Amino acid sequence: MMKKTPVTFTLNGRPTAAFADPGENLLDFLRRGVGDMTPKYGCGQGTCGACTVLIDNEPHLACITLAESAADREIRTADCLSDGPSLDPLQNSFIEHFAAQCGYCTPGMLMAARALLERNPNPRREEVIDAIAGNICRCTGYEPIVDAILDASRSYRRSAI
Amino acid sequence: MLEVRTYPTLAEAAENIDPGSVFMSGGTLVMIRVNYGAHGLKAIIRTTDSTLRRIDDEAGRITLGAFATMSDILAHRDLDFLGPAAMAVGGPGVRNAATVGGNLFAPHPYGDFTVALLALDARVHLSDGSAVPIEDFLRNRSGLVESVSFQRPFGDLFRFRKIGRIKPKGASVMSIAAHLGNSPGYLSNARVAYGAMGSAPMRVRAVERALEGAALNRHGIASAIESATEGLEPPTDELASSWYRREVAPVHLRRLLLGEDR
Amino acid sequence: MTVEFRKDIFANERNDDFDQIGHARIRQDIEGHVRGRSPFYDDHQFEGLLHVRCVRSPHHHARIRAINASAAEAMPDVVRLIWPGDIPKNMNTLLSLIDFGRDDEPLLAERKVSYVGEPVLAIVATSVLAAQKAVESVVVDWEVLPHVLDVEEALKPNAPVVNDEYPNNCFDYHDRYDHQKLRFGDVKEAFSQADHIVEAEYQMSPIEQAPVETCGAIAAPETNGRIVCYTSTQALFFSIGVTGKLLELPSSRLHFIGGTVGGGFGGKVDSQHEPFAVLGAMLTGRPVKYMWDRAEEMQYGAPRSGERWRIRDGAMRDGRIIARSFTGFFDAGAYTRLTSYGVQKCTGHLPGPYTIPNVASNIFCVYTNRTPSTAMRGFGITGVDFAIECQMDRVAEAVGMDPIELRILNAYRDGDMKAHRRPAKNCALIECCQVAAQKSEWRLSPAAISRSSIEGGGEGWRAEIPETVVDGEGGIGNRKRQWQDTEPLSGTGIRRRVPVGTSTDHPATGNAPQHEDMVAEVARLGFKIDAGHSVQRPSLSEPSEGLRHRHANAETSFGRALGAGPSLPSGYDRTRPPASPGPARSSPPANEPIPAHSRHERDKSEKPFQRGVKRPGVSPFISGTRRR
Repeated sequence: MMKKTPVTFTLNGRPTAAFADPGENLLDFLRRGVGDMTPKYGCGQGTCGACTVLIDNEPHLACITLAESAADREIRTADCLSDGPSLDPLQNSFIEHFAAQCGYCTPGMLMAARALLERNPNPRREEVIDAIAGNICRCTGYEPIVDAILDASRSYRRSAI
Repeated sequence: MLEVRTYPTLAEAAENIDPGSVFMSGGTLVMIRVNYGAHGLKAIIRTTDSTLRRIDDEAGRITLGAFATMSDILAHRDLDFLGPAAMAVGGPGVRNAATVGGNLFAPHPYGDFTVALLALDARVHLSDGSAVPIEDFLRNRSGLVESVSFQRPFGDLFRFRKIGRIKPKGASVMSIAAHLGNSPGYLSNARVAYGAMGSAPMRVRAVERALEGAALNRHGIASAIESATEGLEPPTDELASSWYRREVAPVHLRRLLLGEDR
Repeated sequence: MTVEFRKDIFANERNDDFDQIGHARIRQDIEGHVRGRSPFYDDHQFEGLLHVRCVRSPHHHARIRAINASAAEAMPDVVRLIWPGDIPKNMNTLLSLIDFGRDDEPLLAERKVSYVGEPVLAIVATSVLAAQKAVESVVVDWEVLPHVLDVEEALKPNAPVVNDEYPNNCFDYHDRYDHQKLRFGDVKEAFSQADHIVEAEYQMSPIEQAPVETCGAIAAPETNGRIVCYTSTQALFFSIGVTGKLLELPSSRLHFIGGTVGGGFGGKVDSQHEPFAVLGAMLTGRPVKYMWDRAEEMQYGAPRSGERWRIRDGAMRDGRIIARSFTGFFDAGAYTRLTSYGVQKCTGHLPGPYTIPNVASNIFCVYTNRTPSTAMRGFGITGVDFAIECQMDRVAEAVGMDPIELRILNAYRDGDMKAHRRPAKNCALIECCQVAAQKSEWRLSPAAISRSSIEGGGEGWRAEIPETVVDGEGGIGNRKRQWQDTEPLSGTGIRRRVPVGTSTDHPATGNAPQHEDMVAEVARLGFKIDAGHSVQRPSLSEPSEGLRHRHANAETSFGRALGAGPSLPSGYDRTRPPASPGPARSSPPANEPIPAHSRHERDKSEKPFQRGVKRPGVSPFISGTRRR
């Protein structure tokens, strides 16, 4: 019988607890254990960025993060962005700029961008590119994504988060 | 089945390392192994000791704790010279997790930060209190690392460059670090290290010998460039063939030494 | 962004009410994407979900002597092993659903493996890690066989046989040739008249589609004896058909849900996951997921085939290309998948967008001990286009001409006859070249600037199907007995000259539809048929029938195609390993049409859980109304 480990943490502002399998990564833990399907599996080796989540406001790759290391920390996924029916400026900007085609890399891309804009609401184009350098997109193309993030940064500055 | 054991200190973790277990710091390497079938792994050993993340600068001797991340180094205001080497490790998500200690154990083609530490002639401090030169440590890469330390380089004499085929981020075709000594006018005691050119990051003695007493210009470094791959058997992998690595190494070494963009 | 509409070129082709291009449009599915709520197959949760991993071949080519999985069976987290014998019909070819090619690939290899990574045993366990550990514990006794990894080596008489269904290491085209032929005019004669001969070889590597979402499927028992299957497939009905065939299930029992695909690019057509997930769910009565990890996706997912091309051009001093000959090799890997079709597509695309009066090509779909290759973004087209455009630059250099002007000079114009015997229309290469030159400040001569796609096309020889030299070289199996050159018209066999203007369904010059209902009724699909553009199709036997619409004489050509029939050369060895079923296309008596229902007799199954509609002419794998 596999021994499970209880892990308590904050998920998108809500106190959360679930049991992790031994050696389970944070991605499987969030998807299987908690039911948050927004982070995606693309590689299991920290290469593609589809599983990007924020841990204590920093982007991390959930697939190469041990679930137990999330204990007592603040985790945010793409699910944190919208507030009911209203979307975050970043989400609206992705829609307006056609910055998502198949949508699979989008949640990870959004979280990488969110981490950048929280830290630096006035990024240069090169800084945006570096912020999403760990996120692979195979259909949309990076230009609309970079445009969308730059455009969203204007809204972020206005709302001065 | 796999188990995870967490200890409050590095010393306790060291006592509990047993065959079939592996020590995990940032997890960027260990978790890949776990995700891909664990391959005989029985236990993951961790410590919650936060002192391992410290970065100290005492009288020009810099100490990086084993758990200091690449992002910690990039965020540190006095470690600009290490910026290019820390930036060479993955994207932002990887750099927030990847540690100095873990990088010392990274298999080919990873371990770019270790290449910088080699050229800085770092000492590796182990959990049992001993310290060894990094070159000796890399021969069998065993023991639990507590920190690494090295002398702050003078002026712009330390250089690092990563050569990849995928921009802005991708594994190395090769990485090069050089510390060009501190004698004005000519080179003396230069240290040059390569990454992704062998099974582990390595010092390049033939190049170092050829640079001894040379002037830092195109003519002066000519014989060092000629011996850029002397005695080396670069690996062939998905990124580059051995032949390709051998062909491009002299070009990138020249650009690094002369500070050329291309 | 401003968009420049070239109404001067397409005046007759388009309405003026286009209003989409140049404006940002909101995708209908994008809100789900940015909320992370678009339902990808892996986003469906099931309590007690089981996971599949496969034991795979470490060898390019090996016989399976024995498999010892007792350690895996004893593991508490292992729920079920799936052996080849558990698969009701363990042999398929993807395009059997449209009756193209013979079943040549098992879902799990039983006797031998033909590429590194070919699965031989599937293990269903309670976690991915448990399945991986169980896979590691399986011991297979391999007898390593000689292998071949190069397309031309594979065509040599003594090459190891990769795929028992195709013992000559190449796909059989039209039950007659070991390659796909294109013959248009007389290339040999034209080469002898050319001022310059330009020859070169080009090689393209396989390309992995690499979608960020790896391929996979989750299946679970549902209601009314159905299995629900969430899948990453790009081709939902294809996947239902393949699953139904391999598992001998009618589609009425398969509730497939797809449509949200995390990138496909052709790599999610092959339907390798759904049969395992569905069979696993049936055998265990529990929800089962089969998902590739990234390493499996990259190593075992079928890429676009590698290609090798040799092109020979005959050019005149003024830059006109008067003859072009292609010898092409597509590396299908160990099994057919979709590369046989890629070759067909490619043949229809030659000689590129240029009007060349003499064209010939031999294209081989070759089996090697590599990962099978399949669809990938313009497969069959983009590879040869790379070769053709490199070749155009070489010709320009040989004749001392500007490379863009050379393209403008040779480009298709409206009304020109293409090598596959259809007139060109909507041509715009000349204008593309002119705009590209202008935008890049490349100087063109006044003559090149003044040329137009709508002027001078279809005049004289440009509209004509020339007298064409045809040959019977490359009959199935001949290459196995004795090495033969692969270049078109390289042998010494009998030639025939097909008269000017002939556009037939003769196997050497064109393909007839295999079934009557595969004839495209273009008018009913909404295309306007312009009488002036219809193709003259006098046949070999009726050379002076005159002008007819091609859809009007479809029935005649269908009957004639069957009459010309799939007869095999006498030397062709039809013996097969006992495990494989009979030939997918039996040889009918000459000159006698096959009754429609008899073609499906072989699909009837005696298996107990076989249900569903069985009507003559109805695919047993797809329920509902057949395309009309």
